[in-house]
Amino acid sequence: MATLEIRDLHVSVDTENGPKEILRGVDLTIAGGQTHAIMGPNGSGKSTLAYSIAGHPKYNITSGTVTLDGEDVLAMKVDERARAGLFLAMQYPVEVPGVSVSNFLRTAKTAIDGEAPKLRTWVKDVNKALSDLEMDADFGQRNVNEGFSGGEKKRHEIVQLELLNPKIAILDETDSGLDIDALKIVSTGVNRFAEQGDKGVLLITHYTRILRYIHPDFVHVFVDGRIAEEGGPELAEELEANGYERFVKAGAKS
Amino acid sequence: MTATETLVAAGNRAHSHGPGSPVPLQARSERTTSYDVADFAVPNGREEDWRFTPVKALKALFADEAGTETVKVDVQAPEGVVFEPVAADTFKILKPQDRSAAVAWKHADKALAVRIPADAELSEPVHVNVESLGGRGFGHLVIEAGRHSRAIVIVDHTGAGELGTNVEISVGDGAELRMVTIQQGDGESVHLAQHDALVGRDAKLNHVAVTLGGKVVRVATNVRYAGPGGDAVLLGVYFAEAGQHQEHRLFVDHEAPHCQSHVTYKGALAGESAHSVWIGDVLIRAAAEGTDTFELNRNLILTDGARADSVPNLEIETGEIVGAGHASATGRFDDEQLFYLQARGIDEDEARRLVVSGFFNDIIGKIGVPEVAEHLHDVIEQKLARTAALTEATAAQ
Repeated sequence: MATLEIRDLHVSVDTENGPKEILRGVDLTIAGGQTHAIMGPNGSGKSTLAYSIAGHPKYNITSGTVTLDGEDVLAMKVDERARAGLFLAMQYPVEVPGVSVSNFLRTAKTAIDGEAPKLRTWVKDVNKALSDLEMDADFGQRNVNEGFSGGEKKRHEIVQLELLNPKIAILDETDSGLDIDALKIVSTGVNRFAEQGDKGVLLITHYTRILRYIHPDFVHVFVDGRIAEEGGPELAEELEANGYERFVKAGAKS
Repeated sequence: MTATETLVAAGNRAHSHGPGSPVPLQARSERTTSYDVADFAVPNGREEDWRFTPVKALKALFADEAGTETVKVDVQAPEGVVFEPVAADTFKILKPQDRSAAVAWKHADKALAVRIPADAELSEPVHVNVESLGGRGFGHLVIEAGRHSRAIVIVDHTGAGELGTNVEISVGDGAELRMVTIQQGDGESVHLAQHDALVGRDAKLNHVAVTLGGKVVRVATNVRYAGPGGDAVLLGVYFAEAGQHQEHRLFVDHEAPHCQSHVTYKGALAGESAHSVWIGDVLIRAAAEGTDTFELNRNLILTDGARADSVPNLEIETGEIVGAGHASATGRFDDEQLFYLQARGIDEDEARRLVVSGFFNDIIGKIGVPEVAEHLHDVIEQKLARTAALTEATAAQ
């Protein structure tokens, strides 16, 4: 079973006033079969953690390690990380004009597997993934994320999650901007992925709402670039009742 | 991404864009056209219509002297198509609009006329292969599509040296002509061309300019209408690499009522001092009621050091039109697109290929000539491979 290990991760970004540290020593282990939720206020660095693991060039790793089954993730290029089994569902999926969803999905699947998928089963798989996310089959003919509604973009991310079937999935605020019906559809997709048993899920969210549909084994409260508190699902309930105030105050003192 | 997107409602005043115009914009209809070389001074690069062009490289095509080489022209045409040399002034659809066109007109001693008979429906494209053998050479081609004919004509320009060509296109009443002109000369070659088309009543012209090779290429395409109901679709695809100058100047002159024109040019640029110029002029004269026109130019800049100039211009003399508008946008290669695709396991080169082929996808689909589309895909692949090598070399430094 896969294990993603993050040790003492420090990350900064370049700003006009020089480098600014955003992650200040993150320790986190996600094993296959586990679902972790990272919750935190805006600006706490949650998304930075997601993009740093995926390898976005904007983020400079200043110290620490990230390994997937002992392999050094930070030494890999972005595409190598994906082929090693990491997947990032993005908060703001990017439009790729002129590239159809079906071409994109087939190209990605071919890259991940190292060989082209068998045509007959592939078409069936794509159609099933689309219908599971309640998207029309003609979605394949549309250009990637072009003219998609916010909900369509997020569902399209989960279609990719199911088709590419990585070892570890990182979901960056997949719930934000979704109405309740779309949230249920997306959550069902994530649960289908997780229920395979050996998959790790790191769910990054600002709100507790999605945790009614996706039940985390572990909850981490993220404040000011590091994990301020960890616990089980009961921690999410406390956040639901009291918000982030207690943690933000504690973070400010440290 | 920077973009100008302007929709001109019927009845609005004409306007123009173009940063830093050194000369006040002259109404398009007032520009000089003449068969006499002496009516055009040798350009110095400050003229409105030469200000983007590297005129120093063009001396050989401005000199009022005979060519030093003959230009080899090879025609392959399905049965029924007639091709023969005719006197240069047989048709006079084209009137030279600048010095180089006037020089080419004078020194190309004969014109080659390709005639598609009336009512003919060609099953195969006509191929006209124009090869310049080095030195200075001139060409004059006439394509005449007889009334109610349907044909595809592909004119392919290859070779070395300096080439000046004029192309006259006559689309007879009710005819449908698809004309593709490909500019893919050798690395140091220069090609200046003027195409004038006369679109007949209820006729349709698809004019496609594909510019891929040569050091300096400049193609000026002018469209007029011989009667109402004409439809002109002007498409362009170009890809400028380091040191290449690719210039396309369009002028659609709407004089007849109820005609349409749709101009779509898309180009990619990669490498140091790769330069593209797109000038899109549309004039809707007072008599051209019911005109429907739109022009669009998109540029994708893949590396530092490349530059795209894009100047759409619309003059409207009547409010009684269906629609008129233009859009121009030049954007850099988007690193976020690259990240998104790579995050799905697709390696960097493949991701670039996807983005660029996506950029060209719709326009290549509109060309409607499979052999040209395939050729374009191949050449774009080669150019991207060179761009990738260039990017890696730069990154390694």
